[in-house]
Amino acid sequence: MKTLPSENALTQQAAAPPKKTVEMPVGVPGYTLRNESRQIPPTEPPVWPINKDLKYVGQSIPRYDGEAKATGRARYTSDVQLPGMLYAKCVNANVPHAKVLSIDTSAAEKLPGVRGVHVIQNVLGNAVLRNPALDAAKFPVVRYAGQPVAAVAAITPAIAEEAAALVRVRYDTRPFVVDQNKARQPGSPNVYPGPADEAGSAGGGGGDDEVQQTGNVHGPSISKVGNIDQGFQDADVIVEGHYVTQVQTHSALETHGVVADWKPDLLTVWASTQGTASVREEFAGFFKLPMSKVRVITEFMGGGFGAKFGAGNPGVIAAALSKKTGAPVRLMLDREEEHLSVGNRPSSDQTLRIGAKKDGTLTAIHLVAYGTAGCGTGAGCAGPAHNLYQYASLHTEENDVFINAGPATAMRAPGHPQGAFALEQTMDDLAVRLAMDPLDLRDKTDQHPVRRVERQIVRDSDLWKSRNPVAAADHGPVKRGVGFAQSVWYRMVAMSSSAEVRVHRDGSLEAISAVQDIGSGIKTVMAQILAEQFGVPPSQIVVRVGDTNFPEGPASGGSMTTLSLTPAVRDAAWQASQKFLADIAPSLGTTPHDLVLVDGEVRSQSGKFQPLSFRRAAAKMSASQITAQAKRVPDYDRSKYLTYGGVDVAEVDVDTELGRIHVRRVLSVHDCGRPMNPQQTISQINGGIIQGISYTLLEHRLLDPVYGLMVNPDLDLYKIAGAREIPQIDVRLVEAYIGQSSTDASGIGEAAGVMSIGAAIGNAVYNATGVRVRQTPMTPPVVLAALRASAAGKEQA
Amino acid sequence: MNRFSVADCTSVDAALAQLKDGAQVKAGGVDLLDRMKDGIEQPTRLVNIRNVSELRGIRETDQGLTLGPLTTLAEISDHPVIQSQYQILSDACGHAATPHIRNMATVGGNLLQRVQCWYYRSSDFQCIRHGKDLCFAFEGLNQYHAIMEYSTCPSVAPSSAAVALLGLGAAVELTSAKRGKRTLGIRELYIVPDANPTKFNVVEPDELITAIHIPKPAPGTRSAYQKYGEKESFDWAIADAGVVLEMDGDRCRRAVITMGAASPVVRRSPQAEAALAGKPITEETARAAGAVAVQGASPLTQNAYKLDLFPVAVYRTILLAAGQRDRDPSAAG
Repeated sequence: MKTLPSENALTQQAAAPPKKTVEMPVGVPGYTLRNESRQIPPTEPPVWPINKDLKYVGQSIPRYDGEAKATGRARYTSDVQLPGMLYAKCVNANVPHAKVLSIDTSAAEKLPGVRGVHVIQNVLGNAVLRNPALDAAKFPVVRYAGQPVAAVAAITPAIAEEAAALVRVRYDTRPFVVDQNKARQPGSPNVYPGPADEAGSAGGGGGDDEVQQTGNVHGPSISKVGNIDQGFQDADVIVEGHYVTQVQTHSALETHGVVADWKPDLLTVWASTQGTASVREEFAGFFKLPMSKVRVITEFMGGGFGAKFGAGNPGVIAAALSKKTGAPVRLMLDREEEHLSVGNRPSSDQTLRIGAKKDGTLTAIHLVAYGTAGCGTGAGCAGPAHNLYQYASLHTEENDVFINAGPATAMRAPGHPQGAFALEQTMDDLAVRLAMDPLDLRDKTDQHPVRRVERQIVRDSDLWKSRNPVAAADHGPVKRGVGFAQSVWYRMVAMSSSAEVRVHRDGSLEAISAVQDIGSGIKTVMAQILAEQFGVPPSQIVVRVGDTNFPEGPASGGSMTTLSLTPAVRDAAWQASQKFLADIAPSLGTTPHDLVLVDGEVRSQSGKFQPLSFRRAAAKMSASQITAQAKRVPDYDRSKYLTYGGVDVAEVDVDTELGRIHVRRVLSVHDCGRPMNPQQTISQINGGIIQGISYTLLEHRLLDPVYGLMVNPDLDLYKIAGAREIPQIDVRLVEAYIGQSSTDASGIGEAAGVMSIGAAIGNAVYNATGVRVRQTPMTPPVVLAALRASAAGKEQA
Repeated sequence: MNRFSVADCTSVDAALAQLKDGAQVKAGGVDLLDRMKDGIEQPTRLVNIRNVSELRGIRETDQGLTLGPLTTLAEISDHPVIQSQYQILSDACGHAATPHIRNMATVGGNLLQRVQCWYYRSSDFQCIRHGKDLCFAFEGLNQYHAIMEYSTCPSVAPSSAAVALLGLGAAVELTSAKRGKRTLGIRELYIVPDANPTKFNVVEPDELITAIHIPKPAPGTRSAYQKYGEKESFDWAIADAGVVLEMDGDRCRRAVITMGAASPVVRRSPQAEAALAGKPITEETARAAGAVAVQGASPLTQNAYKLDLFPVAVYRTILLAAGQRDRDPSAAG
């Protein structure tokens, strides 16, 4: 999203006119469960009870395609093999800032086996000058090392690689800057000669394009609530901190890639994407094709984390080469290209000040943030400061700082891991200053009903009970600590989400949508919904997804997939089941209302006939197929329950002699409305925690200051958590009904711990050592420097 | 990666006969193929010695042990005699890289792997070790680089096995078809960059490592190796220590202390060794030895933290070798 949605922004979406009144379960079973009334469209299916009273939904049904993935049968984009297919390889700039003077492709074209060469005329992803005339040139200006310049297609990958090396690019190099702090200084080389803005993608990202730009500083984007000066005057205590977080790359297992097959009547694209619809739109727009002549297929997908929307440079290159050569073209990026040119999480440099009353009431939150999204924008990180607590006043300023590095894209909870790292450590500081328990402080300032329950679960846990409230209580060089932090995310709905359900006369059932399963398991959930509706086991359902020939699905970004699509699937299943019963009732000598679908049978409630197996009942259909399509109905009540979050507790060992942090245990207490498949949900939370630990302790995109090149564009020296970095993770999944749709599901992709685990680790390190580490990644030099600075401060005091 | 041909050999003589015209030896292929994929080396001809069975295996002799250079790191770390009498070597080989790599990587190849400096490994930076004029690490990013014994190139010794074998006083046998055999100590195997930046070791293009001899430890010897990284799973050392203690009861008769990630070539620390000689091993003496292990170090712009890490690595590994401390949970691998 461009700006972080506040509650107000999210409530503006108009609801459909109310038509029938239903009672829906709302709250957390065992804590706050009750009924609330909702006015919903009359076509909506009956309200589902809570999970314990459902048979398939809410159960940990095995992953629909688990066996295909585990055995290698699953066909990913890089497995697509078409007759006559060519292999493409990009030629990438090896300088960070330059005008391209000439591109000589003649030697590459002459190499035997080369079928086509493409010179890039439009680079996607970079910010765009408000006045393009400022930098008019024959070829796109190189803003970062790794920017694609040209590409070749050849009959083998080896020939393509050889040919790419033969393309001669002459550069007129320009001064560059890759250090965010230097880029902010007057006199720094400028990445753009004037104001420039980046459009976000379907997964969010991109910055405010209404703001000023001074040199490389694009901003500030200012947001105010109440009177901030008064807020600090009213404060009994003020806590302040300066926090610095690094650039992280998405590093999905599967790199970006496409196979494009350009035929006169249809462009077919196999894409590793989080949004089949967004890919089709971008291809149609870029190549000026009607939507009807673009088909996008994503059978299996190996992760995206926000970086895979639209055609992107790889997609455009592959399609252009396919058009030119008349053959299908596969382009899979290598790991270096993946680090350099297809997105990252922006850095942050945050100065945060919080004022509070003695009782913990917040009077003021003041945040000034700078961050770099490379040659893009989208480094804002004020979301948690805005949306996690109640406050009397707030003032935030967010600035993007351009540097000569690859443009950022949305990455799992854009802005929030950075923002929460500062906010939640500052709240921990505040608890220390007020001599309050960190959970009690949040109870005072955070009114979210579900997080209140989640904090109670933490309070009752053995891990939290084992926490010594006194910091640095351990003797010896290795000190143990426990820390707590919270997160917030938003309920965003992709209203175009649609699904189709088919009932066949042989009793087989199909659920169909263009939605892509990016690994979170929507296929399994779709099967569960049909199973619940038709009373047959999920293993009998066939699910077809990942093809724009099917009804449009949501983009898988912003935690939107499950909460957007599942109500459409259920509505389609419900409508299909009603059509089915109406169709067969006459031949069974009864009315549709007399019939129920349960335990694989069709039964007559009045006992008109002996229970009939679903298959035998289907044989009585009057046509070979019954279908129903449904589109997402608006949320039932957009006046409430539009944010959610979750809380995390980390237990760490800090080796104070080595500056090493080892995460021992994590307790993750999270909610996502009705959990549709607890095992899959827990898997996403495990992944979020691991990715968050990796971000907090290890990952770092390192750019050489003298030459502007990334020195660790691999998965060796770009360090990612391995098996031994992964702690014992205890996930407590909280069922939190909110009465919003026919499935009442929410998403979990962002609110999966990735936002809060960094601050939880920081707070645990403080609890262990009495020293706050305000910088990521928390590597030995960073931790040792913090410990030493604290010791020096104590000596002076 | 460039095109190349492969000669598959099954005997030492056949392999030696193939070593001509710029051919490169491929054993496990772990490091060589990385260098080729990174585009920093383009050999046109590889001699695959992976299947030379006479070069593989662990033999006990009256003098100690002989390792075939094609013995894998996994085979070494799992060997019961090495686990009981050459603990330092079992530790080093058993904590290198990942289990997958330890199953492929040979000890000979491990000794001859090139440095991991990100400038050396990048085809975009043509550094002094590729025969050019510049080292990029001094002005650039050097947090993983050397703190001592560098002036030309501050990359660090990458092989954990070398740290252990130096501690054990091992010798490497090299064989050439023309010149026959010669035997060198571990330190003599390497060429320091100050002497010749483009040659990493003394192995000539027509030579093979044909054996690694390890003398039998003196009675009362205890040893250990530990390495510390940013990660615990699969990381290069940011500090490491090999310790061999020859004990007379509680008293240390002679100590050998070795380090890898401090300097371009594996080194012994005479200061740390002297600090232990003739003394009982206690936390105090171990810490004193650790403290002097970085004497004379001179860090670069970003790696002064290693001055804190090495003393800790050394003292904890001394105590581990002496049986006074468990293996450090912080140690990588």
